[in-house]
Amino acid sequence: MSDNDFAIKINKMHKWYGDFHVLRDINLEVTKGEIIVVCGPSGSGKSTMIRCINRLEEHQQGDIIVDGIELTNDVKKIDEVRREVGMCFQHFNLFPHLTILENCTLAPIWVRGMAKAEAEEIAMGFLEKVKIPEQASKFPGQLSGGQQQRVAIARSLCMKPRIMLFDEPTSALDPEMIKEVLDVMTDLASEGMTMICVTHEMGFAKQVADRVIFMDAGQIIEENKPEPFFDNPQNERTKLFLSQILH
Amino acid sequence: MSEQIREYELGMHPELPPPNRQSGLVKWVMDNLFPSVGSGIITVICLIFLYYVIPPLFNWAFWDSVVFNATSREECYAINDGKGACWAFIYRRWDQFVYGFYPEAERWRVNISFILLAMTLVIVLAEKVRKVKGIMWLVLILPIICAILIPGSELLGLTPVPTNKFGGFMLTLIIGMTGIFVSLPIGIGLALARISSLPIFSVFATLFIEFIRGVPLITLLFIASTLLSYFLPPGTNFDLLVRVLIMVTIFSAAYLAEVIRGGLAAIPRGQYEAADALGLSYWKSMRLVILPQALKISIPGIVSSFIGLFKDTTLVVIIGLLDPLGIGAAAIADIKWTALGYELYVFIAVFFFICCFGMSRYSLYLERKLHTGH
Repeated sequence: MSDNDFAIKINKMHKWYGDFHVLRDINLEVTKGEIIVVCGPSGSGKSTMIRCINRLEEHQQGDIIVDGIELTNDVKKIDEVRREVGMCFQHFNLFPHLTILENCTLAPIWVRGMAKAEAEEIAMGFLEKVKIPEQASKFPGQLSGGQQQRVAIARSLCMKPRIMLFDEPTSALDPEMIKEVLDVMTDLASEGMTMICVTHEMGFAKQVADRVIFMDAGQIIEENKPEPFFDNPQNERTKLFLSQILH
Repeated sequence: MSEQIREYELGMHPELPPPNRQSGLVKWVMDNLFPSVGSGIITVICLIFLYYVIPPLFNWAFWDSVVFNATSREECYAINDGKGACWAFIYRRWDQFVYGFYPEAERWRVNISFILLAMTLVIVLAEKVRKVKGIMWLVLILPIICAILIPGSELLGLTPVPTNKFGGFMLTLIIGMTGIFVSLPIGIGLALARISSLPIFSVFATLFIEFIRGVPLITLLFIASTLLSYFLPPGTNFDLLVRVLIMVTIFSAAYLAEVIRGGLAAIPRGQYEAADALGLSYWKSMRLVILPQALKISIPGIVSSFIGLFKDTTLVVIIGLLDPLGIGAAAIADIKWTALGYELYVFIAVFFFICCFGMSRYSLYLERKLHTGH
């Protein structure tokens, strides 16, 4: 396969924070439409890895090619990648001074140069998809955590991204709100979106993922399809981790 | 143990109104003025103090004062026996207090400028007016018209008026409003430069801010009035008022920059990251996401700086510009009006208090209006 057939191709990527070697020799190829779940203990570098994909973190060695564009210091290319890659954060990061609708239309209007009316129509479409169109004129502070995270997903989708990154989207939520967010993510997966999800929701991984990646100490330790990954983990560290989170 | 008797089925407790709260005047007085013996005593002492201070003050300022019927201090005293204020000298010299020594025949230009500035303020401050499309251009254009109208220009057939004729409240407003309008964008720029990751910007901004903040305004004004002419090529005539405006503006901008930097530092990193992840460029993310939030947090500090700047305009009297204090000092030096210091300073204090209190109230209103957290 040529580079263009991959949604994301990470090749021998390394990253340091100062002297600390956080990511070591990361190799990952994600085909279009593939759903990947990344898990691992905290501090293992999973978030850092997906944050490298839209250059919220800079890598120091190796290549990252996203949608055919190589990430370098070139600001134009970074912007190009960011336009095509949506991201959801653990703490939602909605813009508190804007209404829900304005949160969703901001980037389409200012980055894509879309007309306001068109952007609003698209935004309402996605807010309906995440099942909160009635909250459009409220401010983020008036919504529950689960609702805010669904808005954050809608906000990313309004840019019509080809790839979605999820950085522990349910870790900051109250237990009863996790399902509503996972449902939205499951819907999205079934529509063929390329997704990389850092999450500890193993039920979601089993049900939706095409591949599960286990990271520890800045390295990819094991990767496999969900069934063999959970039923028959190969590496000792994977076994330990799974035994700790699957009680 | 006997089973607890419940008057409702478990989980079906009805919603009840809160127990009746007392209300009314008596309740308010008891809660706020006499909640305890100690507070009650303080309340009584305050009331006695006010009883002895307020009525005489009121009599002096209003009841026994003379405004229109006197042309000198002696005439005032003849009427009220020296028991009340003699506002007459402010009434007689009103034009000087407002315009300084601006020629009488040209004062219509100042009056029009006052109206234009008032319109600018309304556009900037009133939300409904601000939303009219294209009106923000007027905010740029109107002050420029004023800046041409007041000093005048031969080209337009307006007799030039030298800036040393400016004075009074007109001068205060010119310095204060120029300082406020111009220093805010410069302050924002300096704050962004100071936190920039590019060393040229951050080093320059830091040096600039620390230098300006480390020097008293009065020193900067002296530099403007005297020292600067040594550095300028001989023969250049760089207007004193313009030099003062520049100094006041950069002084205020340096303070604003630090206030705004504080606001920027309070914005969570996630906001920057979310803006980046959506593909917004640096300027767009600043303008649309970061600055609206940072400025909102900084409102109290920004308005404090503006109030400080507005009051500091009185310092220009030291380098010989005739602000209301300068006009007033000249007025009470007049043999007809000697020894009217109380009236003069009360009058000027009231003027500044109204302006500054107005700014302070507007900032509170703005904070409430922009509050979207719940």
